[in-house]
Amino acid sequence: MFQDILISGLVNSGVYALLALGFSLIFGVARIVNIAHTAFYMLAAYALYGLLVIAKVPFLLAIPLAVAAVVALSLVCYKLVIEPVRQHESAVLIATIALALIFQESLLVAFGGSFRGMPNAIEGVVSIIGVRVSYQRLIVLVVVALTLVATWYLLNRTRLGLAIRAAANDQEIANLMGINVGRVAMYTVGISVALAAIAGVVVAPVFVVDPLMWLAPLVTMLAIVVLGGLGSLKGSVIGAFIIGYVEAITVFAVPSGSYLKGAVALTIMIVVLLIRPEGLFGVVFEEER
Amino acid sequence: MKGLLALPQWLWAQLRHEVLVLPSRSFVFFAALLLLVLPLFYDDPYVLRIITMTAIFAIFAASWDLLAGFTGQVNFGHALFFGVGAYTSALLSHHLGWIPWITVPLGAVLSMATGFLVGIPCLRLRGSYLSLATLAFPLILTGMLFAFPDFSGGELGISGLKRLVVSTVGNYYVAVLPMLILCFGIWKIGDSNTGLIFHAIREDEVACRASGINTTRYKLLAFALSGLFAGLSGALYAHFMRVAGPSALEVALSFQVVIWGIFGGIATIYGPVLAVFLLYPLTEILANFDMFKEIRLLIFAVIVLLVLLFMPQGLTPWIRDKIELVCPRCKNRNVFTRHQCRLCGAELR
Repeated sequence: MFQDILISGLVNSGVYALLALGFSLIFGVARIVNIAHTAFYMLAAYALYGLLVIAKVPFLLAIPLAVAAVVALSLVCYKLVIEPVRQHESAVLIATIALALIFQESLLVAFGGSFRGMPNAIEGVVSIIGVRVSYQRLIVLVVVALTLVATWYLLNRTRLGLAIRAAANDQEIANLMGINVGRVAMYTVGISVALAAIAGVVVAPVFVVDPLMWLAPLVTMLAIVVLGGLGSLKGSVIGAFIIGYVEAITVFAVPSGSYLKGAVALTIMIVVLLIRPEGLFGVVFEEER
Repeated sequence: MKGLLALPQWLWAQLRHEVLVLPSRSFVFFAALLLLVLPLFYDDPYVLRIITMTAIFAIFAASWDLLAGFTGQVNFGHALFFGVGAYTSALLSHHLGWIPWITVPLGAVLSMATGFLVGIPCLRLRGSYLSLATLAFPLILTGMLFAFPDFSGGELGISGLKRLVVSTVGNYYVAVLPMLILCFGIWKIGDSNTGLIFHAIREDEVACRASGINTTRYKLLAFALSGLFAGLSGALYAHFMRVAGPSALEVALSFQVVIWGIFGGIATIYGPVLAVFLLYPLTEILANFDMFKEIRLLIFAVIVLLVLLFMPQGLTPWIRDKIELVCPRCKNRNVFTRHQCRLCGAELR
């Protein structure tokens, strides 16, 4: 049981980390509470399903295609729907909810409401410290680790990353320093959705896909982001591991734990918020006194 | 004789000078009248059923607006109050066999207590933190209900509840009368001194505290009042649908009320109510047509999105600003055809 908790917690935490990181980025730079974030994760999973099972595209080609398609779609949505109402915070909020609903319903019409599975990239299992782990789960772990490192590199070692961090820190000053904040926001949307899409394509073969699969990770992701501190990237990753392992422990160690896993994770979030209202690594925004 | 006439005279004066002078208020007045007399000449049970549900959700949306719109505590977990109201009433009548006329108010009262309790941790949170944290509360409750299926009915919920009254028309009035009274009441709260303080808390809480207002007390009051009204709508819903299930606590319902509130225009009360009266029947009617049945939620979302692109502040503020002008001196509203303020005589343009 201990090994089950270890592995399943690691896989879930990795996926949550990608989702929460993307959400944090977009919140930090553009102050958008993107409810549709996990809907993009779902779209990527469905795109992979469509390409693999219906169009019979080989796996290695299908993954980049699916991610690219979802990122392109997100940029179109951002330009058409979010950017015109950027000034009105509440309008942005329900625009993202409406977008998520549109995606959900479109998939429901296109694929039906049933659960759909897809083949793994590589079949088979490997035994690590006595636990049988499927190759697909190993792929998830490797991809998540590589993506996290790549994101860290992008944010901390490139000029674009510097611009993103500057815009997240203070939009007006970044603008005065000659950063095109609008374009940086656009890039951030792209990066953030790409992270969600990568999470979607790697877990799609492990889980089944269905048009409501965006709701459960949405709630967990929001809990993680609030727990780690809104807009804090380090907090998002650490929060993802805390919540991922708490869920795994609840599922494996508590009777009727699969019902309670969400409740326990969310209770931990609320307890942390009571002690530290700005989350574990949150910064208090000056203008939001 | 004179004493007998005083009340009608006072009412007529109120009507003429407070209601009929403004197009928005006249519209609300006549719409309310129409809702009250509708079953007398039109008793299609299907239409009455839709309006009953709409009225129940209108209370729910108005209660969200009191908390999120006025006080600025944007609640993403408003379904919690709805669900607490529904489940309390259902559990009491199921396990103890009490009649709904007792359990529905009890559901509302327990929901008010829940609002108060949830408000305490929320006092420390602001802005987006508050929104995202409140999303958790209904899900925690759902998890606990699922963990005790013998008591709560698990995923199926509690079905076979008694209705408050038997007839369709009776049920219609049981929903519409509280809706009219409560929404007017909530609107009056928003217009009162308390409502002014709620506005002030949303705009600048620190300045509000600096003015000697105990914001803690007022925020808790907003949570409790909002919980009371939302709980009542939840309990009414449970007894009208004759089932209280986990769908009353769903994220989808919490999001639905956020959509209604923002679509109609926040901090107006009549905005969210109007939004419910437009959007809820729309999705129900679309379900009748085979070609729209599958895509009604899609149509719903697209309409919301398109309307917002043109009216980012919501539907009713956009319309209101077209047909009414704010007096630059006394800040009272006037119909757009006037050139001078009806109250202070200042030039409007």
